Amino acid sequence: MRIVFTVLKREFLGYFRSPVAYVFLIVFLIASIGLSWFVGNFFETNSASLLSYFYIQPWIFLFLIPAVGMRLWAEEKRSGTWELLFTLPLSVTQAVFGKFLAGWAFISLAVVLSFTMPLTVGYLGDPDWGPIFTGYFGTILMAGSYLSICSLTSALTKNQVISFVLSVITCLILVFLGWSVFNDLMLAARFPVWLVDSFSSFSFLTHFEPMVKGLVTVRDTIFFLSVMGFSLFVNVLVLER
Amino acid sequence: MIESDHLVKDFGLIRAVDDVTFSVKKGDVLGFLGPNGAGKSTTMKMITGFLPPTSGTARVGGFDIHEDPISAKRLFGYLPENGPVYQEMTVLEFLGFIAELRGYRASTKKARQIDRVIEICHLEEVRNQAIETLSKGFRQRVGLAQAVIHDPPYLIMDEPTDGLDPNQKQEVRRLIASMAEEKAIILSTHILEEVQAMCNRVVIITRGAIIVDEKPEEFRQRHPRYNAIQLNIAEGQSSIEIRKELGELPEIEEVHEKNGALLLVPADGRSIDSLVLRMAQEKNWELKNIEKPPIRLEEVFWNLTHST
Repeated sequence: MRIVFTVLKREFLGYFRSPVAYVFLIVFLIASIGLSWFVGNFFETNSASLLSYFYIQPWIFLFLIPAVGMRLWAEEKRSGTWELLFTLPLSVTQAVFGKFLAGWAFISLAVVLSFTMPLTVGYLGDPDWGPIFTGYFGTILMAGSYLSICSLTSALTKNQVISFVLSVITCLILVFLGWSVFNDLMLAARFPVWLVDSFSSFSFLTHFEPMVKGLVTVRDTIFFLSVMGFSLFVNVLVLER
Repeated sequence: MIESDHLVKDFGLIRAVDDVTFSVKKGDVLGFLGPNGAGKSTTMKMITGFLPPTSGTARVGGFDIHEDPISAKRLFGYLPENGPVYQEMTVLEFLGFIAELRGYRASTKKARQIDRVIEICHLEEVRNQAIETLSKGFRQRVGLAQAVIHDPPYLIMDEPTDGLDPNQKQEVRRLIASMAEEKAIILSTHILEEVQAMCNRVVIITRGAIIVDEKPEEFRQRHPRYNAIQLNIAEGQSSIEIRKELGELPEIEEVHEKNGALLLVPADGRSIDSLVLRMAQEKNWELKNIEKPPIRLEEVFWNLTHST
């Protein structure tokens, strides 16, 4: 556990050793808050909720989380430091968890920094705080799932661009499977309902949307945790060769 | 003891390392030599547990690198090729990270280990600088500091002096020599003088297989002109007589003449210095001087790695 924490600490502080972290935080906040105002019509909907903020998150994550995750292992491979890391007395699992948790903590920080949104809602209206908390809970869980996939694809290559593209594509598929537009298309193409449903049960959206509405179920939580568990397990296997 | 036990590594159809077996014990400094691509780095990566071997295994201090990697890894320090380090960290942060992973968590113990390696690797002036801003020499020393931070009984270094200027090379060699007594060290290099200067064992590997495993002095004896001596003859002295006399001796295998100098090559590399001196006195040969031409290890290396 201490080893995991040592790896986590180095990786997390590593984000702030370059301007990339600050650029990322700024871009993330502008994108997530800006889009929920201008595309999600946060103001015009006239409701004291963060729905427009939360609904936009899966789409923003699609590009911004691979940007955080692409360097996790690809950078270690490119610079050769993984040879150093894996000849130190720690297991691959400890290294994978440490680095993943650091990235997760960093993204969670970015999400939590949007606290001005709930403050605004609280100031202007009388929101139901329950869905706001569960929405944040869901957002952070979902961020972890995205990041675990990025961590895995990052371990497959030493090229950050390839890593980025691979993770965007994988996450895109996992979002699309549950996107109503896509599901309607499938139904229109006369796919049986059970097939469409089982496809969409693999999607982030399907398990995220109930949380935004204030409903946290064991099933949805387990879905996100098992995406993380599976991706990181394969990640360890890939690195152990 | 570091043991490489019949290590084999295949990359696809290519056999990069072919049945490499050797062991290194305390006090040994083993120089690992070979042309580029001979399998030196691959062998070291397998011993340190970074690359899984196709077959065979390695043991460090009795711990199998695959069955008990953590215990084995605690016992050695490793400097990989080109000394990879986390560039964006400062020297202190980086060494702190390594120290924590090596189990020094209490800040006093950690600081003590870091101060020790900063002192022996001469890093005082750059301790708060980001590693990416350092010169190659300093970076290499940071890599070395990292490898010895826990004062390991075993040390494995892949080309520790690569890319350094002559002074820095000298410095690193001195550092390694100072640790040689209480550690077992493996280092790879392609600089033969380094082997001469630091190692008490030479292992040469070509095309993945060990072809030589002996002491540096034995390695020198492989030179075709080992212990040869050169007589520079004074003007007025005929060389024909000398050649004839010396050529009859069984101890001397060949006599070459070039620009008024005679090169005497002994049979089986035995020393013929005193014999020749005595004869020169007895026969009153007029000589300018007698010298011993230097042995160039490169030539031995060339012969070994090209004949096969």
